[in-house]
Amino acid sequence: MEEVSTGSDSDYSSSWISWFLSSKGNEYFCEVDEDFILDRFNLTGLNNEVANYAQALDLITDNLDDDIQDELRGSLDVQARLLYGLIHARWIVTQRGLQKMLDKYKRADFGRCPRVLCTSQPLLPLGLTDLPYEKSVKLFCARCEDIYSPKSTRHGSIDGAYFGTTFAHLMGIVWGSLGCVPKGGGGDVMGNVVRVVEMARVGRERERERERVGAERERERVGAAEQAGGADEYRPKIYGFQLHETARLQRWQEAMRDRQIGRLEKFEVGSRG
Amino acid sequence: MMEEQDVQEGSYTSSTPTSTLTWISWFCSLPGHEYFCEVTEDFIEDDFNLTGLNSLVPFWKEAMEMVLDMDPDEDASKIPDVSLVESSAEMLYGLVHQRYILTRAGLQAMVEKYESGIFGCCPRVYCVGCNVVPCGRSDMPGLDTVKLFCPNCNDIYIPPSSRFQGVDGAFFGTTFPHLFFQSYRELAPAPFWKPPTTSSPSGRSPRSNESSSSLESQFVNPNPYGGQKRAAGYVYVPRIYGFRVSERAKSGPRMAWLRMRPESPSELDQVDWRGKWIGDAYSDDEDDDSAGDEKMERFDFDTDGEEDEEEEEEEEEDDRGVPMQG
Ligand SMILES: [Zn+2]
Ligand SMILES: [Zn+2]
Repeated sequence: MEEVSTGSDSDYSSSWISWFLSSKGNEYFCEVDEDFILDRFNLTGLNNEVANYAQALDLITDNLDDDIQDELRGSLDVQARLLYGLIHARWIVTQRGLQKMLDKYKRADFGRCPRVLCTSQPLLPLGLTDLPYEKSVKLFCARCEDIYSPKSTRHGSIDGAYFGTTFAHLMGIVWGSLGCVPKGGGGDVMGNVVRVVEMARVGRERERERERVGAERERERVGAAEQAGGADEYRPKIYGFQLHETARLQRWQEAMRDRQIGRLEKFEVGSRG
Repeated sequence: MMEEQDVQEGSYTSSTPTSTLTWISWFCSLPGHEYFCEVTEDFIEDDFNLTGLNSLVPFWKEAMEMVLDMDPDEDASKIPDVSLVESSAEMLYGLVHQRYILTRAGLQAMVEKYESGIFGCCPRVYCVGCNVVPCGRSDMPGLDTVKLFCPNCNDIYIPPSSRFQGVDGAFFGTTFPHLFFQSYRELAPAPFWKPPTTSSPSGRSPRSNESSSSLESQFVNPNPYGGQKRAAGYVYVPRIYGFRVSERAKSGPRMAWLRMRPESPSELDQVDWRGKWIGDAYSDDEDDDSAGDEKMERFDFDTDGEEDEEEEEEEEEDDRGVPMQG
């Protein structure tokens, strides 16, 4: 009887939650433990957010009377999703909720960072606000510490409040660095040193990419010039001001990074002494 | 012996186009080939443009005939497998394409695709839908697949659809994105950005829709050769329970610099060509001028709570780190 069916709507043997989780587009959600939902304390205030709160709650806990089902069905389904989403946001910042999301993160259920230099770092879902109906869900990369839009419109239309602003960063604190560096076993000094090393490394990666592509371009330019005997109509100067301007911006950014590293190192020395 | 060749197909491979369509149009219309523009035949016919390519493309002559829809003048049975010619034709077209999109006509063809959004937009949220261009990380074929360059964050991304994973990045090359945004400076975001003031200045009427849109058009980069578009400059700030996380926290922010822009172009002058601050413009000791208007927490609590060093709350810091005015 514990079989999780793959969600056909007329399947009464499966619970509403397992139907919801197996529906296409709901891959970011994890299962909220039933006893979390049944503890009214965890739902404080949600009755103001959700219309037909009582029936919606009955629906997601599979306690809905069969006879009202027909009249309310459509609207109740919307309310039940909203309610589940809002409960989900509270659940995933609990110890057990975090653990469930960590398992999904390890399976890269939320996708991978599209940034080439992040080399397929798994992502975490995140909201830009904790209020529903404001912003759709975004994805956080712990490596570049930036946020991206989901690739599929199905995921792109999920309310960000169902994941909230805090969860992704709480994961980072509780489970250590989610980047490529394992959590430094020692105290926070150690942890910070690891992160500083990581900062410098990400910067170097970008510099290397810049140099590599620059060298490639130079080779191409020289090669073309040789072949064309110097008259190179089709390859105007690419070391123009635009490229120059971008390189200057990147140098400025790296100088900002070095300044932050300096601050952190100073702080570490201070906190040790 | 293949005696029963389907006559109405008429061509020597099942996957070549029907007679009404040129090979080039057909090739560019295949799924996954949306990023390619159509190279003009006269560009391909000009030997000068093909210099050096014949050493990279096997079955050069046959591939050429296929791309240009010429009837093979000798019988094709000399070639062991027609699919070899097909892949040669693709390689030939791709490498010619890499060169063509660096020409005026090629750039023109690509800017039309760019403006109609065919290349898609940057996946980064705070680039707010800035359109991207295809590019390669190498000019040599066979090394890497096509990537997308965003002019706002100056970063490269993996195309969102797996159908582009079969497209060689060399067919777009390393030079194209930079030449493109240098040629169309009005499409290139400037390297500096000033956050808009949220409170409207006193004395300004609130119904300033028109004046704000005219402000919009007034954006000028003092460097006439630089990007002339107003950048999308917001940088994501991680928050826990509404508080910004301090950089001193173990898992505090470390990468904001990757996306930062100075507020004014003159700040770029404060870094020299080696990436060092000129005249020590930013000493490490001036952290105190906290332009940060928000509370910030370190969130350094150890999960197993073996330490409880209660240091006094650190001074606040501006997350952009550049509290410079004027
Ligand atoms: Zn990333
Ligand atoms: Zn971008």
